[in-house]
Amino acid sequence: MAAADFLINYLPILLFMGIACAVSGAAVIGSLLVAKQNPDPEKLSAYECGFEPFGDARSKFDVRFYLVTLLFIIFDLEIAFLFPWAISLGDIGLFGFFSMMIFLAVLTVGFIYEWKKGALEWE
Amino acid sequence: MIVQALAFYLFAGVLLASALMVITARNPVHSVLFLILSFFSAAALFVLLGAEFVGLILVIVYVGAVAVLFLFVVMMLDIDFAHLRKGAMQYVPVGIAVAAVLLGELGMLYLSWNAAPDALLNRGAPGALLAGPTNTERLGQLLYTHYAFPFQVAGLILLAAMIGAIVLTHRTRPGVRRQSVATQHARQARDVLEIRKVETGKGAV
Repeated sequence: MAAADFLINYLPILLFMGIACAVSGAAVIGSLLVAKQNPDPEKLSAYECGFEPFGDARSKFDVRFYLVTLLFIIFDLEIAFLFPWAISLGDIGLFGFFSMMIFLAVLTVGFIYEWKKGALEWE
Repeated sequence: MIVQALAFYLFAGVLLASALMVITARNPVHSVLFLILSFFSAAALFVLLGAEFVGLILVIVYVGAVAVLFLFVVMMLDIDFAHLRKGAMQYVPVGIAVAAVLLGELGMLYLSWNAAPDALLNRGAPGALLAGPTNTERLGQLLYTHYAFPFQVAGLILLAAMIGAIVLTHRTRPGVRRQSVATQHARQARDVLEIRKVETGKGAV
């Protein structure tokens, strides 16, 4: 069976996932079973002269992080498209080659735009 | 073979459970983390189908980039979700009605779906189930020639996303003193420096 033959390559990953789940599960369940459980609200309160937190630990992010991440995703996808192209370049001929060149040219237009706009600079 | 079936049900179950947790978790950051878990399970399902490249791209692009973007957005918005959800229960009937209509449409589509004969022939192409070239190679042979037009449209959509993100979020900050090397080099002494002869006793004016 061809399918099973190919999936045999992924068996170590499955085994590793099983080991990871077993070890982490053993740590959580073991500490739940073995350790003494004496819940008390005082244990969760602020220590002595410490004060109660006001507000969330999360703070607002600058919108520039969002811009950097979005530009990263776009070029990440561009690289993802390059992999199958590079492997099969011998079979797809000139049409496939120029197909990718047009794709890259379109994205280069965007790259020049963002460079000139200063979106790549932090300050 | 039995391991394959067990793995399928395991990952499908984890996928459904984590997808459910995405919409029911109280903390939006937990929702994003469950979304990452569901991405991983979906990637495992793709690998089980034989679509190795798509599965690994799902991990790289969705887990590596899209989930981080979601985390940023969740943190950036700083919405009080508990406050937002307070009045949400009164819209439940409308939500259920919309969901029922969508489910009905999906069901009707599924019942009346006829695959084109060409599509049935193409179905095995991205999988590694057949002997021969690898999965990624097979994808490359189809994507850039047979599907050249959708491929170019994908490029244009990425361009639109890039320009849209810059237009929406980028603004030049006033008062930022940035070093411009070209301006510094182009600066000449005669443009900025002036030597005046001051007569004795008169002082500088």
